[in-house]
Amino acid sequence: MAKTQLKEKTAPVVDDKRIELRKFIDEMKTKEHADSHLIDVLHRTQHLYGYLPTEIMDEIAQAMQIPTAHIWGVATFYHYFKLTPPGKYEISLCLGTACYVKGATQILQVIKDELKIDFGEMTDDGLFSLGPARCLGACGLAPVVMIGERIHGELTPKKIVQVLKEYRKQAGKEDGK
Amino acid sequence: MNVTPYRIILCDGTACINSGSRKLAAALQEQLAQHGLTDKTTVGLSGCLGMCDKGPILVVNPGYTIYGRVTQDDIPEIVEEHLVHGRPLARLAIQEDHLYNRFFRVFGDAKFFGKQMRITLRNCGIIDPENIDDYLSLRGYEALAKALTDMTPEQVIAEVEKAGLRGRGGAGFPTGRKWKLTAAEKAAPKYIICNADEGDPGAFMDRSAIEGDPHTVVEGMAIGGYAIGAQQGFVYIRAEYPLAIRRIKRAIEDARSAGLLGKNILGSNFSFDIEIRLGAGAFVCGEETALIHSVEGMRGMPRPRPPYPAAVGLYGRPTVINNVETWANIPVIILDGANWFRTVGTETSKGTKVFALAGKVVNTGLIEVPMGTTLREIIYDVGGGIPFGKKIKAAQTGGPSGGCLPEQYLDTPIDYESLARAGSIMGSGGMIVIDEDSCMVDVARFFLEFTQDESCGKCTPCREGTKRMLEILTRITAGKGLPGDIEKLERLGTMIRKASLCGLGQSAPNPVLSTIKNFREEYEEHIHDKKCRAKVCKSLISYEIGEKCIGCGACRRVCPVSAISGAAKTRHTIDQDKCVRCGMCFNTCKFEAIAKG
Amino acid sequence: MDNSKKITITINDKQYKVDPGQTIMQAADTCGYRIPRLCYHPKLSVEGACRVCIVQVEGMKNFVASCCYPVADGMKIYTNTKEVRQARRDIVELLVDNHPEDCHTCERDGNCELQRLVYAMGIRHRHFTGERKHYEKDLSSTSVIRDPDKCILCGRCVRMCSEIQGVHCLGQAYRGFNTVVMPAYNMPFAESVCSTCGQCINVCPTAAFVEKNHTQELFEKLNDKSLVKVAQFAPSVRAAIGEAFGQPMGRNMEGQLVAALRRLGFDYVFDTQFSADLTIMEEGSELLERLQSGGPLPLITSCSSAWMKYMEQFYPEFIENISTCKSPMSMASSLFKTYWADKMKLDPKKVLSVAVMCCTAKKFEAARPELEVHGLRTTDIVVTTREAAWMIKSAGIDFVNIRPEKFDEPLGLSSGAGTIFGVTGGVMEAAIRTAYELYTGETLVDIEVNDIRGLKGVKEGRITMDGQELHVAVAHGLGNAHQVMEMVREDRHRFQFIEIMGCPGGCIGGGGQPYATANSIPLDEECLKARAQALYDLDRSKTIRRSHDNPDVQRLYREYLGRPLSEKAHELLHTHYKAKTPRGIVSRSLKVV
Ligand SMILES: Cc1cc2nc3c(=O)[nH]c(=O)nc-3n(C[C@H](O)[C@H](O)[C@H](O)COP(=O)(O)O)c2cc1C
Ligand code: SF4
Ligand code: SF4
Ligand code: SF4
Ligand code: SF4
Ligand code: SF4
Ligand code: SF4
Ligand code: SF4
Ligand code: SF4
Ligand code: FES
Ligand code: FES
Ligand code: FES
Repeated sequence: MAKTQLKEKTAPVVDDKRIELRKFIDEMKTKEHADSHLIDVLHRTQHLYGYLPTEIMDEIAQAMQIPTAHIWGVATFYHYFKLTPPGKYEISLCLGTACYVKGATQILQVIKDELKIDFGEMTDDGLFSLGPARCLGACGLAPVVMIGERIHGELTPKKIVQVLKEYRKQAGKEDGK
Repeated sequence: MNVTPYRIILCDGTACINSGSRKLAAALQEQLAQHGLTDKTTVGLSGCLGMCDKGPILVVNPGYTIYGRVTQDDIPEIVEEHLVHGRPLARLAIQEDHLYNRFFRVFGDAKFFGKQMRITLRNCGIIDPENIDDYLSLRGYEALAKALTDMTPEQVIAEVEKAGLRGRGGAGFPTGRKWKLTAAEKAAPKYIICNADEGDPGAFMDRSAIEGDPHTVVEGMAIGGYAIGAQQGFVYIRAEYPLAIRRIKRAIEDARSAGLLGKNILGSNFSFDIEIRLGAGAFVCGEETALIHSVEGMRGMPRPRPPYPAAVGLYGRPTVINNVETWANIPVIILDGANWFRTVGTETSKGTKVFALAGKVVNTGLIEVPMGTTLREIIYDVGGGIPFGKKIKAAQTGGPSGGCLPEQYLDTPIDYESLARAGSIMGSGGMIVIDEDSCMVDVARFFLEFTQDESCGKCTPCREGTKRMLEILTRITAGKGLPGDIEKLERLGTMIRKASLCGLGQSAPNPVLSTIKNFREEYEEHIHDKKCRAKVCKSLISYEIGEKCIGCGACRRVCPVSAISGAAKTRHTIDQDKCVRCGMCFNTCKFEAIAKG
Repeated sequence: MDNSKKITITINDKQYKVDPGQTIMQAADTCGYRIPRLCYHPKLSVEGACRVCIVQVEGMKNFVASCCYPVADGMKIYTNTKEVRQARRDIVELLVDNHPEDCHTCERDGNCELQRLVYAMGIRHRHFTGERKHYEKDLSSTSVIRDPDKCILCGRCVRMCSEIQGVHCLGQAYRGFNTVVMPAYNMPFAESVCSTCGQCINVCPTAAFVEKNHTQELFEKLNDKSLVKVAQFAPSVRAAIGEAFGQPMGRNMEGQLVAALRRLGFDYVFDTQFSADLTIMEEGSELLERLQSGGPLPLITSCSSAWMKYMEQFYPEFIENISTCKSPMSMASSLFKTYWADKMKLDPKKVLSVAVMCCTAKKFEAARPELEVHGLRTTDIVVTTREAAWMIKSAGIDFVNIRPEKFDEPLGLSSGAGTIFGVTGGVMEAAIRTAYELYTGETLVDIEVNDIRGLKGVKEGRITMDGQELHVAVAHGLGNAHQVMEMVREDRHRFQFIEIMGCPGGCIGGGGQPYATANSIPLDEECLKARAQALYDLDRSKTIRRSHDNPDVQRLYREYLGRPLSEKAHELLHTHYKAKTPRGIVSRSLKVV
């Protein structure tokens, strides 16, 4: 990422999420070396919100008494943390060795062409976002992508197109309901 | 163990879960109930059996029949045929003499089976990793009990030192010596850390070890804590490993409930507990000082050593950090003794090593072999050789920190020194087999792309230098290499290796330098002849439609850039100016009419 | 240390006896070697990041970074082999390969550590050029410009801002080749918790941090014939500006600067030291009043602009403890546009009030709306010592050889007490000199208060006045301010009077002072001591050494203000503060990586 692409998006004020996070932080604060739980707190935040909204990081700063610049430094260091909201389906394309050797870059090209997005981006309809992954531990099925929690393996250009189509269909169905 | 006519094991490893193993369990129970076999049959879960490519895996014991690619619909047939009539189902059984077949057959009789030997993974695939009783039934936590009741901390350290165990996380530092140094430090409290970050691409040893036998790690850490005088341990594990996280968590909780962790373990005055800390996607956090920073809630940036963690580690206190596999060896050493352990392996490298075998090899998966086994034995005897009768070109060991060893080094025995002499490293256990279809420049570029992306950015040589090396490699693979580029790579690589702050930078140039050393001609061909002999580098290849073309039009339809034209039933042609060399047409043509050149 | 405890090391095949427990770099420094360095700074934690300081140690496979590797007995070190030279050269080249080729148009041209290093390493040819990073400059702050393109990620600014200043405004964000130094969320500097102290500028080896430059604006205004141009300059400016002209550290250039400012086009040149004396009158009286009325104590000084912004963000709960006095600069500026303009029969709108300051935060202060008088901004332009030096060079003025001149009257005469304002402990000492006399009616005999001199981070002292004991504290650098404030938070009655200066050493170490020269390091202790000494010498050379003895100050009260804390004084010389967001976090234990 060459530049921060922080769009000013306000997080939805969902109070029980905040309460839960606050409870978690309070619990962490009772422990020795409370500061050291910052990464746990960020994990929890991402779990709740899908990414790390800046207002929430501000709240964490005040609650844990850790400077925001430091939290920001941590949040941007670790690739696991997302700074923008993810798509409904998050595609992680494995670029691990096994997948690479078996043609992951070709799959990447197909996904890029299909969805018109690059790593770190989300489709306009908010359906898909794309990110790189390093070995998802399913090398035997290489090349693989993980969409949400599901692994799709032994991909071919054709198969990935099919997979994406299915997710679209599924989203359509869910919307229909 | 409960002896019943049939004991079924379902692989519950990540790959098998992904290919649907969880659905099999329900179907299986239903069928067993239908046939009234529920009481006679136990169904257990196991960690990765190492045959992920054939998952989901189901094993029926006795008989060690292994079924692969089992679907829900196969279950009635398996139950009916095998369990009711005692006729193993040939259709689904994995016939070949797979390494794990052998392992299962000989387990219990001999310490050696085939070329493999399982110490670290001794329980994987045999016990239900989520059941502490399974572990206990296989002498689990006996080593801890032995250490606590019969041995002083000094004796424990002496035993580990005598065993000659060396760190399995990569560098091979003698574990006993590390413990001794930490034990000698006066500052308190002290800490134990299990490094389960495992960020190497293509490596999944530690994940499988934890998924398959988490208690071994817990036990090893507790013994370590006793030895150095620590009361608190941490498992630093990648967030990308949810199953392993769940299992180690469960193991810690179960051990705590059983009085094997916590206050006054087994009635002794030794107290020890373990916390889990999650990584968040940074390879460099495998480096011990970066890992410590990450556990402390900071950016995972390494710091200069000395001071070493043994003196100044977590929260500034003396800390022992060992790899998952290292910890898993500890209970065995305590239980069976250093003398036995020393019988396995070579003069300088004792015991076994687990490898994640991947790439162009028939059996991909986890293997564990005694130190001293040769690369050839691993690739051909254990791994089953190269698929499609292709020729092997190189074996890459040590992941992105390692090197590529060409064919003439295949008889190198696997130990720390021999691999280093040959120009690679043991590393944490990634082993990628590369055949003639892979371009060595591209392989080097791939690894460097990884390290460059994972560089923490703290020090100049690694942050700026790997970027420049990557640029040079990229231009070489793009057919724009310049005379002198190889020398520039060597100059930068040598400097980065010697001047970087941490192991990441110090080893990042290895894949490049070792391929330049062993495959210099491929580099030269790319630069001077603009040729990629493996036909991998896109810019240096072209697709051509030959005489076999019947004009079916399939390639025309898939071409993303409409570079192909031709009337129906006539030979098609590719517009080379338009073609982006994606290879789609090549993969699509059913008539082998398209040639890659 | 006695000789028997020394160890023997070999550097480049020659043996030396050195003290154990130091780094190779420190040991080599004592043996006449100056190993090139970049990320190392003696005042900051060791980073070991740039790798410019690598050396070869016999028996080691890799180079070691001399700034963080300890010496050991018998160690054989090579600092200058062919291999080391090439590696070091290549490392520095890698830094400039990712750096704009901008020297000619760069603010630090000729004054840049990176540039000097490139020259010294003998980089005459580029081998590895490639993609360069590019980011927008952040121009939002009144005081500090951030230009990440020029950043070489030595981390000095980050460590300065957190370890010494305790502001934690800056951090490294992202990682690898994409690492950038920025405030949280990449927010504009103006909206961050930055105190505008400018210390990041001081320690940055390149132009990645520079002050917001106001010299062009000033040149233009100086050409405006309709304006009456008035300049003032701060005490510490005279002690430091010589360095920008190759003069030794700590040479007092007061007269030269007055003369040069006149040559630049100023009609009147006054002394901020005059208003420093005035500050003492007001603040001393405020202290006495609070002591007598039991008003909010401790009283905390307010003349440091960075400290004021820091306080409003980090310690708003102590606002009522802060002296309401404006800083000497703002007091002087108020007087220019009121008292002096009246006296000279000038339209205050036609008075151009310019301050030459050691300080980048003064640019922020000058823009504070609450300092306006009769709806008029009082300090129109602030330029730093560095900017003033550049203007003098640019205008072709022979600064070093110019004949010294005197300040204009009546705002040019000052006591020695006003002079030492520029160094940590100075305000306190000056206040004691005056308060003692105001309180006891007796003259303080031993006027040099040594307890509160020197560069110790937090200094405490006791003064007995008429049997009443006053407990005072002095802190310089915002990190030390934080220490003192935490003490106060714990025990409000511990101190009665506190002096806080935002910069290390006080204004002599201000964020606008000249860059370090080739062989020194910014904020070098020797440099700070020399500048401080210049001010102490100046104090000692004066016959009037107490603010209340300054006849022009006395006259001002007589003619215009009445007495200290009068209504008029309040209108012109006092102000108020309010809590600011974002609220900063005063982090107690956080280590910075
Ligand atoms: C860049 C880098 C990545 C590393 N990654 C790992 C890792 O994933 N797992 C691991 O156990 N050790 C890793 N190490 C090695 C550790 O720093 C450390 O040496 C090891 O955990 C010590 O344990 P051992 O003595 O049991 O091998 C890594 C080192 C470097 C420099
Ligand atoms: S070598 Fe690379 S990963 Fe290690 S400290 Fe330097 S920049 Fe960071
Ligand atoms: S390689 Fe790709 S772009 Fe080229 S002709 Fe074939 S399908 Fe089209
Ligand atoms: S797919 Fe094969 S056979 Fe069909 S048109 Fe293309 S090249 Fe010819
Ligand atoms: S910062 Fe230094 S090296 Fe960079 S452009 Fe400016 S003068 Fe040149
Ligand atoms: S230093 Fe060299 S390039 Fe720069 S102005 Fe002088 S001669 Fe020109
Ligand atoms: S000006 Fe001071 S507070 Fe602001 S970023 Fe720089 S060092 Fe930090
Ligand atoms: S801004 Fe300056 S001081 Fe800060 S890291 Fe960059 S080069 Fe170093
Ligand atoms: S100490 Fe002086 S230079 Fe520093 S911020 Fe305060 S007033 Fe400015
Ligand atoms: S490399 Fe893709 S799953 Fe392992
Ligand atoms: S996960 Fe089942 S065999 Fe690997
Ligand atoms: S000065 Fe030693 S590494 Fe930068």
